[in-house]
Amino acid sequence: MTDATERTVTPRKSPRWLNRDRMSVLLIALGCVALLLGGSLLYPGFLKPGYLLQQLQIAAFLGIIATGAMMVILLGEIDLSVPWTITGTAIVVISASGSSNPLVASLAIPLGLCLGMAVGFLNAIGVAIFRVPAMVWTLAVNAMLLGAAVFYTGNSRPNGEVPWLATQAATGRSFGVPNAFLVWVVVAAITVWVLKRTVYGNYLYALGNSRRAVFLAGARVPLVTVATFVLAGLFSSFGAILLLGYTNQAYQGMGDPYLMPVISAVVIGGTSIQGGRGNYVGTFVGAIFITLLSSILSVMQMPPAARQIIFGAIILVMLLIHGLTDKNGDI
Amino acid sequence: MTWLRQNAREAIAALALVVLFAAYIAIHPRGFSTYVVTIWSNDGTLLGLAAIAQFFVVLVKGIDLSVGSVVALTNVVASFVLNGSPASIALGMVAVLAVGVACGLVNGIAVVYGRVQPIVTTLATGGMFSGIALLLRPTPGGSIDETMSDALTYAVAGIPVSAIVLVVVLVALLVLLRRTAVGLGLYGVGSSEQSAYMTGLRVNRLKLFAYASSGFIAALAGIYVSMVTLTGDPNIGPSYTLNSIAAVVLGGVALSGGVGSPIGAVIGALILKTISSLMFFSGLPPLAQPFFEGLILATAIALGALGVFRVRSRLELYR
Repeated sequence: MTDATERTVTPRKSPRWLNRDRMSVLLIALGCVALLLGGSLLYPGFLKPGYLLQQLQIAAFLGIIATGAMMVILLGEIDLSVPWTITGTAIVVISASGSSNPLVASLAIPLGLCLGMAVGFLNAIGVAIFRVPAMVWTLAVNAMLLGAAVFYTGNSRPNGEVPWLATQAATGRSFGVPNAFLVWVVVAAITVWVLKRTVYGNYLYALGNSRRAVFLAGARVPLVTVATFVLAGLFSSFGAILLLGYTNQAYQGMGDPYLMPVISAVVIGGTSIQGGRGNYVGTFVGAIFITLLSSILSVMQMPPAARQIIFGAIILVMLLIHGLTDKNGDI
Repeated sequence: MTWLRQNAREAIAALALVVLFAAYIAIHPRGFSTYVVTIWSNDGTLLGLAAIAQFFVVLVKGIDLSVGSVVALTNVVASFVLNGSPASIALGMVAVLAVGVACGLVNGIAVVYGRVQPIVTTLATGGMFSGIALLLRPTPGGSIDETMSDALTYAVAGIPVSAIVLVVVLVALLVLLRRTAVGLGLYGVGSSEQSAYMTGLRVNRLKLFAYASSGFIAALAGIYVSMVTLTGDPNIGPSYTLNSIAAVVLGGVALSGGVGSPIGAVIGALILKTISSLMFFSGLPPLAQPFFEGLILATAIALGALGVFRVRSRLELYR
């Protein structure tokens, strides 16, 4: 059963079981299978469970960050402050955790999450109150975060300690499965429930389709916008803390390589960049696809430049397939 | 008066620019001199051209995240071909511009015929373009004809050549945009694609034209970068992309399409450049400068958006 709001908003002509969302998921899942088969031809160890589990572990960091990005995109906005929210959180957590004050040290992870939510709130103020285009405002917020991080750390790498919990969550395994992946599955289950079953989730889809109609229906549009950006900041920070546990260090620019993959994962998963359409399963599989793709490109020992070209080309092809097969996507 | 009301956003931006420029001259240790103004103008022209490239795409309701990559790619190509005899330089120039137009057309075709949203198209192609630039020239290098560089980056009779170049480009574009059917068609498509289609405008072709023009102007920016720096550098892209978007918004170009002028885009670019130059001479600790740059950018954009508090019905805010 699909969700009622969505069904009334987008009329569908194709058979019920193969709607637009499932089509996207199917497409991207086929992409993943093709990558795995192609990878196994190039590199025999590719289909071993150990390697696959490691890929799922790495995909979890991307996937959790993409969860927040997807919510903002569903709203019809975009969050370009992801890179320095990640870096800022990592710096705050590693510094707080290494603090000599035991209280501060124990609060390192909550502090990091608070930073993410504060950034999200700042984003939301510009977008919901001043009505500045999100693309420009979040860019300015990103620039300020970069400035603050540079000012705080100077030219040196921030010193400190990675919290034990972060390391365990990112690199540990339970029953042979990476904890990071388990955390991601829990996040995914909650997200699917929130998007499909709660009033907030319905508002999110509705706002992405017609802000005007939702405003006239009496919803508190700014409140939903603020909540979404704060959640997105929270997810970015959450992902950043796991990433910190995985890399075991924080450095300037550690978030920079994440902006494009995060948006790509959301969009090739079938979420419309204009908002209002998409489902989380698509984003989930999209994050795995992006991770597999970059892993294969690095296994093939491509120079970074060629990797960038192929990455861009494959994403463009996936988007073109979406664009050309979607009959009612355009005016 | 009517003129002022019609061009309020540009007028306010221009006023802000004058104030900032005065502050910059006041704070600069060498004061108002041809040297200072030439450096300022050269830097401003680079970003100004990138902002015009962004403007063309924004005019037809798109957004171009590949502007910086096209600037980087054309800059790298220029570092291979802009050398030797005058004839080969001229041919090289044509080649560089053709590369720019080709990049713009790739974006345009994916957006118009592939029906992919501009923001994600250009995100993907931007990665490809900068990848090609990196393949061609992994590290900054190459050589540029120095006579031509000198001719284009110094001043003639106290007026920086870059300023003259920028004004010539602007005048040509204004004639194109305000006096020709194609230019007015671009505004039509940006304001309402449906109405434009009903009126009989060739929407698809006009959009392709906008993307190709964006690539052409970005190539001009790439050429000018090589004139100023005398090298081809594949890594200059990201800052141009981000600043060009901020510049068009500061200059009163609406991201919703159909509103604004290339003059506004250039004013926005000059404001950004002046702010960062101001920072450099402000005496703030260097490590604190990026933060204040971001803060000033955010403040400027928020001030520009203060109009939202004057609207009578809040319904107008939600479209």
